[in-house]
Amino acid sequence: MTYTADEMMTVSAARALRDGMTCFVGIGLPSSAANLARATHAPSLVLIYESGTIGAKPDRLPLSIGDGMLAETADAVVSVPEIFNYWLQPGRIDVGFLGAAQIDKFGNINTTVIGGDYRHPKVRLPGAGGAPEIAASCREVIVVVRQNHRSFVERVDFVTSVGYGSGRGDRERLGLTGAGPKKIITDLGVLEPDPETLEFTLTGLYPGVSASAAKERTGWDLAIAPDPEIIAAPTPAELDALRRFQGTRARSHQ
Amino acid sequence: MAEIVSLAEAVERAIHDGDAVAMEGFTHLIPFAAGHEVIRQRRRDLTLIRMTPDLVYDQLIGAGCARKLIFSWGGNPGVGSLHRFRDAVENSWPVPLEIEEHSHAGMANRYVAGASGVPFAVLRGYNGTGLETLDGGPTIKPITCPFTGETLTAVSALRPDVAVIHAQRADRSGNVQLWGITGVQKEAVLASARSVVTVEEIVDELDPRPGAVVLPGWTVTFVARAPGGAHPSYALGYTVRDNDYYVAWDAIARVRDTFIRWLDDQLYAGRS
Repeated sequence: MTYTADEMMTVSAARALRDGMTCFVGIGLPSSAANLARATHAPSLVLIYESGTIGAKPDRLPLSIGDGMLAETADAVVSVPEIFNYWLQPGRIDVGFLGAAQIDKFGNINTTVIGGDYRHPKVRLPGAGGAPEIAASCREVIVVVRQNHRSFVERVDFVTSVGYGSGRGDRERLGLTGAGPKKIITDLGVLEPDPETLEFTLTGLYPGVSASAAKERTGWDLAIAPDPEIIAAPTPAELDALRRFQGTRARSHQ
Repeated sequence: MAEIVSLAEAVERAIHDGDAVAMEGFTHLIPFAAGHEVIRQRRRDLTLIRMTPDLVYDQLIGAGCARKLIFSWGGNPGVGSLHRFRDAVENSWPVPLEIEEHSHAGMANRYVAGASGVPFAVLRGYNGTGLETLDGGPTIKPITCPFTGETLTAVSALRPDVAVIHAQRADRSGNVQLWGITGVQKEAVLASARSVVTVEEIVDELDPRPGAVVLPGWTVTFVARAPGGAHPSYALGYTVRDNDYYVAWDAIARVRDTFIRWLDDQLYAGRS
């Protein structure tokens, strides 16, 4: 079966989730990936949306985190202060899924402003949302982002959410209780932090993607693992499940 | 006890030029009808507060109602950017827009502090982010725990002049009931000096609903009946998201001329 780079990225992100985990999910690609995981290898994955729905079991992709289906299928629905204070902050949640407009080699994320200065930016982005506390407090974080020179930068223009700061020891010094970003999943492959330096290193590539192509689409001098894993192409079952969900999203647009 | 009045009268009496106004509804029960009435009544110099400024705040900002925005995530959920918000921040159109931004956790806790009658809330968070140091952090400061000596973050309380929310129902005494995703509306109402609640319907009796938030009528200033008042957002049990509206808004708001035409045709038409 043929597939797109975005489908490969979503499948790759879904595979990073293990059955029985609790997962803090954002809308868009993270939601597609988490729902795909639940429909395939992780039926007991607990989906938590920042709108306060804990254990939501949507049978189609929600259009936003306010989708009534999330509340109607959840194990519990709590207020917004409660989801952040009682559920996210104490470190109860295994994995947080984040996107990024810019990300640097230590996994620090910008979703606030690009260019100019803060008061007069070239591009005003949506801002922080729940991301800073997801990055701080989930036991681990997975970032899903398309890889190119605009997104993979030497230095982010604004630190919205902290990855490893400027390197080893920074998370501890800052009192961030979660372990930080464990994977950056892109449309080319997968990056993981170097065990010593915590600098993100290319450790996996999708079929047909070269390490030099990944290096070329990175705004810093990308380190490449000695023998990057070739990640398996999506299986027909994964693609069927993903496309079934995408189809439901298209239908709920009507 | 809440007064049950028309939406126009509620806005007229509760919201004045220069007020700090929090219209809440966390992607569900967004008070669109009330926001549109504020635009029609041409309020100016408002400080608009909202965790997730989306279409209704793009409309208010584009119409020139706001001087300042206090928020944590500004976008068209599931679609993209808010073009009127961006035009205001990037180009000061139609008027300059001062911004004060937080994370969701920070904003939620600021409402909790306001509702609790204390000057600040404490959370783990912000450490190492750019938000922590913005403008010297007038609303975000480090604080040392008096018990453990840990450094945490204090965020200042939000005390809006007016909260505006949409709920499913009220009874004839102005007791308000909302359910489903209940967001931060209760905290916003209790943190504010006054409140306007629009409802889908006014009923004789509020039979219990699972997980419902009830705001007793004596905590609410005005209740106004506004069926469909959350359109195009969701109102669980009443209306679903009109996704075409969100998608169409992207094109309308992208260009000033099409936005002005929308404002004239959809909101100002038939009004002086």
